[in-house]
Amino acid sequence: MAAVDTIRPTANAVLTTQAPKKPANMGQIIRWLLLFAGGILMVMPIAYMLSTSLKWPHEVYNVNLIPVEPTIENYTYVLEDGRFFGWFINSLIIAIATTISNILFDSLVGYTLCKFRFPGRYIVFIAILSTLMIPTEMLVIPWYLMSQQFGWLDSYWGIMFPGMMTAFGTFLMKQFFETVPDDFIEAARIDGLNELQIWWTVAMPLVKPALAALAIFVFLGNWTAFIWPLIVTNSVEMYTLPVGLSSFGDEADVAWELIMTGAAISTLPTLVVFLIFQRFIIRGVVMAGLKG
Amino acid sequence: MANLTLRNLVKTYDKTEVLHGIDLEVQDGEFVVFVGPSGCGKSTTLRLIAGLEEVSAGTIEIAGRMVNNLEPKHRDIAMVFQNYAIYPHMSVRKNIGFGLRTAKMSKADKEARIDEVAGILDMTDLLERKPNQLSGGQRQRVAIGRAMVRDPAVFLFDEPLSNLDAQLRTQMRLEIKKLHQRVGNTIVFVTHDQVEAMTMADRIVIMKDGYIQQVGTPSEVYHKPANTFVARFIGAPSMNMLPGKSAHGGVDLQIGTRAPVKSSAKAEQSVVLGVRPDDLTPVDDNPLIEGVVTVLEPLGPETLIYVDTAYGEIIAKADGRNPPGVGSTVRLGAAAQNLHVFDAETGVALS
Ligand SMILES: Nc1ncnc2c1ncn2[C@@H]1O[C@H](COP(=O)(O)OP(=O)(O)O)[C@@H](O)[C@H]1O
Ligand SMILES: [Mg+2]
Repeated sequence: MAAVDTIRPTANAVLTTQAPKKPANMGQIIRWLLLFAGGILMVMPIAYMLSTSLKWPHEVYNVNLIPVEPTIENYTYVLEDGRFFGWFINSLIIAIATTISNILFDSLVGYTLCKFRFPGRYIVFIAILSTLMIPTEMLVIPWYLMSQQFGWLDSYWGIMFPGMMTAFGTFLMKQFFETVPDDFIEAARIDGLNELQIWWTVAMPLVKPALAALAIFVFLGNWTAFIWPLIVTNSVEMYTLPVGLSSFGDEADVAWELIMTGAAISTLPTLVVFLIFQRFIIRGVVMAGLKG
Repeated sequence: MANLTLRNLVKTYDKTEVLHGIDLEVQDGEFVVFVGPSGCGKSTTLRLIAGLEEVSAGTIEIAGRMVNNLEPKHRDIAMVFQNYAIYPHMSVRKNIGFGLRTAKMSKADKEARIDEVAGILDMTDLLERKPNQLSGGQRQRVAIGRAMVRDPAVFLFDEPLSNLDAQLRTQMRLEIKKLHQRVGNTIVFVTHDQVEAMTMADRIVIMKDGYIQQVGTPSEVYHKPANTFVARFIGAPSMNMLPGKSAHGGVDLQIGTRAPVKSSAKAEQSVVLGVRPDDLTPVDDNPLIEGVVTVLEPLGPETLIYVDTAYGEIIAKADGRNPPGVGSTVRLGAAAQNLHVFDAETGVALS
């Protein structure tokens, strides 16, 4: 869904700019200006993150974008600090594990809700959807109590378990499985595959674009997750990257230049993930276009 | 020996009965075509045979076995779907081989079988391609290959040609017919196109609203339609229907002419006289009906003429070289053996 939604507005924009070629100019200029302003707004925080990471501590509160005396001292410090590497690995393990889990289980449940008729199917679907309405802030206390009871505090499983499946992912996958023709599934059934084999060998390869989008969302979501990891972890070794970064410095003095350096480094995996999966998304859209 | 037997087959969806007791015996190696308008229950019948839907009442036997409670894969059938259902992410070889995935054969045997089927379908060069590199007709052949590879007791086809353009459809029609003559498996083929039915079938099953209207060879359903529905559904353009009254020695049309046709109708019974456009031609003597030519449709060897008559528009056939001109008055008649008589109320044939 989300992948499709991001494509649609551009398609519309192309259509509207092509259709009437009359007084477009004024409107077009305004549109460009708005887009430009939007672009600046998006890029500024990233620019400042990079800029701050290259500054000496005394220069951090200067608003100038170009550091007066650029330095890579912060990077050497952060990378040589053993804690950073540990947090990076923690975050990586958690983001990868939750991504794999979501890919498997969101799609399995989404597929079942989409392609099977059984009593209570609609109720199950609504129940899953309704959990989307509950904000994380409301859930952290029950989660915490639960983790305490089961002894999951300060462990990988404790950090991961709330995100192993998501209602959003289930919904996304259900919607995408609607695009898989029933004939494909019935043909496989006649050929003697069992339902799990049909899901894996027939349905899953056909929704790769959706799986790629889901992988990006889940990876990013867990990579940047802050509140829950902060609450469930106690020991510095179990911190995830965002939690660890925020602990740089102390109450009196936040070491912004180090936090920004860590943040800059931590965007790298998200970039990698995006570059890997984005190909599938674009290819998926192209394929869908050819079919239609 | 009957290879497929349907006995009093009933299908109900949420209290709506869509099939009302289908009885049919299909002989081993026979090519049977189900034809009827959209929504008449053709696909439902096929899906019941395949085991994709559960039977509400009645029985299905395939190769002498009652299969009502068997999974599709245990029924010894294969099915070709309207939109092919070949998998875009697999090569042609994988697609054709898909039907053998669960077969207890060695890998080499499977490969040999795939190559054999590809050879029969003339697709050997295409085996490594992906479906999006194939034309519509080639995709259709892959779908057929996938069904063939298991050598099933019964092939099921659900409107497999309706996504193809007219020319390709004609070609595939012929190919499927040849294929049937070559491999000899029983085929149940569903279509809404009566031309497809007439050209391919050994026997045609004509359905309407969940009932079988008539079962017969193409010649039988064309020359001896069981009722007005079959009479109008088979043959194009449709049979002309002229209301009249049965009389001694024929049928009296309301316009005062008498058609000399034998029927089992009682005297004075309200009947409908049916005559195909092909059989209705301009005549000098004993016309059935006359009217003014409004439109000509030249088909080459012959010309269809649309004639405005006391009964409304009637279609007839004239010579292709010198048809009557538009606006001229024509007198139309037909040979007695080409006239059909139906009960006006029930539509049942009385000939
Ligand atoms: N899954 C279903 N649920 C309810 N009604 C159905 C279902 N499938 C088919 N029908 C109904 O059964 C009738 C026959 O359908 P179908 O066999 O598909 O017709 P055909 O293939 O001859 O066009 C139709 O009236 C259709 O609406
Ligand atoms: Mg149908």
